[in-house]
Amino acid sequence: MISTTNKNKQAEPNNKKLQKPNVFEAKGFNLWYGEDQALKNIDFDIAENNVTAIIGPSGCGKSTFLKSLNRMVELVPTVKMAGEIQYRGKNILSSKFGVEELRTKVGMVFQKPNPFPKSIYENVAYGPRIHGIRDKVTLDQIVETSLKGAAIWDEVKDRLHENAYGLSGGQQQRLCIARCLAIEPDVILMDEPTSALDPISTLKVEELVQQLKQNFSIVIVTHNMQQAARISDKTAFFLSGELVEYNDTDVIFSNPRDNRTEDYITGRFG
Amino acid sequence: MNARQGFEGELSVLKSLVLEMGTKAAYALNESVEALVTQDIDRALKVIDNDYKINRMDIEINEKAIWLIAKQQPVASDLRRLVTSIKIATDLERVGDLAVNIAKSTIRIGQKELFKPLKDIPLMAEKAAGMLTQVMAAFNEEDVNNALKTAELDNEIDELYGRLVKELLEYIARNPEVTSQVTQLSFICRDLERVGDHTTNISESVVFMVKGQQYDLNA
Repeated sequence: MISTTNKNKQAEPNNKKLQKPNVFEAKGFNLWYGEDQALKNIDFDIAENNVTAIIGPSGCGKSTFLKSLNRMVELVPTVKMAGEIQYRGKNILSSKFGVEELRTKVGMVFQKPNPFPKSIYENVAYGPRIHGIRDKVTLDQIVETSLKGAAIWDEVKDRLHENAYGLSGGQQQRLCIARCLAIEPDVILMDEPTSALDPISTLKVEELVQQLKQNFSIVIVTHNMQQAARISDKTAFFLSGELVEYNDTDVIFSNPRDNRTEDYITGRFG
Repeated sequence: MNARQGFEGELSVLKSLVLEMGTKAAYALNESVEALVTQDIDRALKVIDNDYKINRMDIEINEKAIWLIAKQQPVASDLRRLVTSIKIATDLERVGDLAVNIAKSTIRIGQKELFKPLKDIPLMAEKAAGMLTQVMAAFNEEDVNNALKTAELDNEIDELYGRLVKELLEYIARNPEVTSQVTQLSFICRDLERVGDHTTNISESVVFMVKGQQYDLNA
C-alpha cells in the first residue's frame, strides 16, 4: 500500500505553537532616502523573547529596517517614512511618541565595537547616570549585573577602571552589549555585531545572544547565514527593499518557499 | 557569475557516482538471478567477488558528501541533495548485499536439477530490477511523479512474494525431499522482496530531495 500521507509537520508561520506577543509590528511600512525607495510595503511582526534574524544582500534594506525600529534612520536628513511601526501597540512614527523613550526601550549594538573613551566602569554606568541614577552602590550593582549579563564580568572585574580601549575587539563588543543592558532595554537591535570579530569572539557573542533572549527580544542583521541559522528563531529575507520571505528559521534554511530565498541562502546570488 | 560554480561541479560529480552505483547494483542483481536461472556457479561467485566495488562506492559517496557538508555548509536543496546521496548509497549497498545473498543461495542449490522450471522468481527479479532502474532515472531527472509511480510497483512484488512463498511451503509439505532447494528459493524470494523495499526507500529519498517533504511509501 502506498501511503502518501505527509509525515512532515511543516512549520507554518502561523502554526499552533504558543504565540508570543509581538514587540514590533510593521504595517505597510515604506521608506525613502530622497527619491530612492529603500523599503517597500513591509509587514513584519517581531515576537517577544525571540531572536529574529534579518538576512539579505548588501543594499537590500535590512539595516535600514533595523534602524527604523529605534528611529535612528532619521539621522539621515533626506529620509521619508510612511506606514506604521508599532512598538508594544503604539505607533513609533507618530509625533506623540518620544524618541528618547523609544531608544531607552530599544537598545542597539553596532557592527564595530564603539566603546566610549572612558573606563570600563564608566562605559556601563554612563547610561544609568544620564537617566538620573547617582547612588554609587546602585551604579556598582548595575555595572556588575550588566557585565555579568554580557558574559564579560570575569574578564574585567579586576580592571574596571582601566580604559575600555585596552580590551580586545571581542571584549569591546561584549562591553557595548553590557552598556546596552545597563539601561534595561526591552529590545536589543544588533547590526552585524560579529562581523568585525574573530571566530571565537563571534561564538561567544552568539552564545550570549542565546542567553539574552530569555529576558530580551533581539533583532539581528547578519551577513553570516550560518549565524542566522544557529542563533535565530525566525529569519526574514530582504531583497531590493522588499520582505521576500519571513518564516521559522528551520524552514528558511531547510526548505524555503521562495526561489529567491533559496538562491540567496545557497549562494547562487547576492 | 555563479558564485557556486565549483560546488555545483562537485554536486554533479557526486550525482554521477550515485547513478553509477545504481547501475552496478542493478547489474549485480541481474547477474545473481541469471546465475540462478542458468545454475552457473562461476557467475554467482563473480557477483560475490565484485560486491566490494559497490561497498567501496558507498564509502566514497559518504566521504564525498560529508566533506562537502563540512566544506560548503550547504542549506536547503543543496543540503537535501547531499543527505539524499548518502541515504540512496546506503540502500544501493544493501541491494548489492541482497544480490550476494541470491548468489550464495544459487551456489547452495548448485547444479542439482531444479524441482521445477523457474518462472515466477525471474519475473519477480525483472520487476525488482526494473523498479531500481526506474527510480534511479527519477533520481537523475529529479522527477517526483516517476519516483511515486516506481514505489507503487512494489505492491506487485509484495503480492508475488506472498503467493510464491505460500506455494513453496506447500510444495515442501508434499515433497520433503526437496526441502533444502525450496528453502533456498524462498530465501531468494525474500531477498527480491527486500530489493523492492530498498527501491521504495530510494523513491522516498527522491521525493524528499525535490520537495523537502518526508513520505512513507513503504507503509
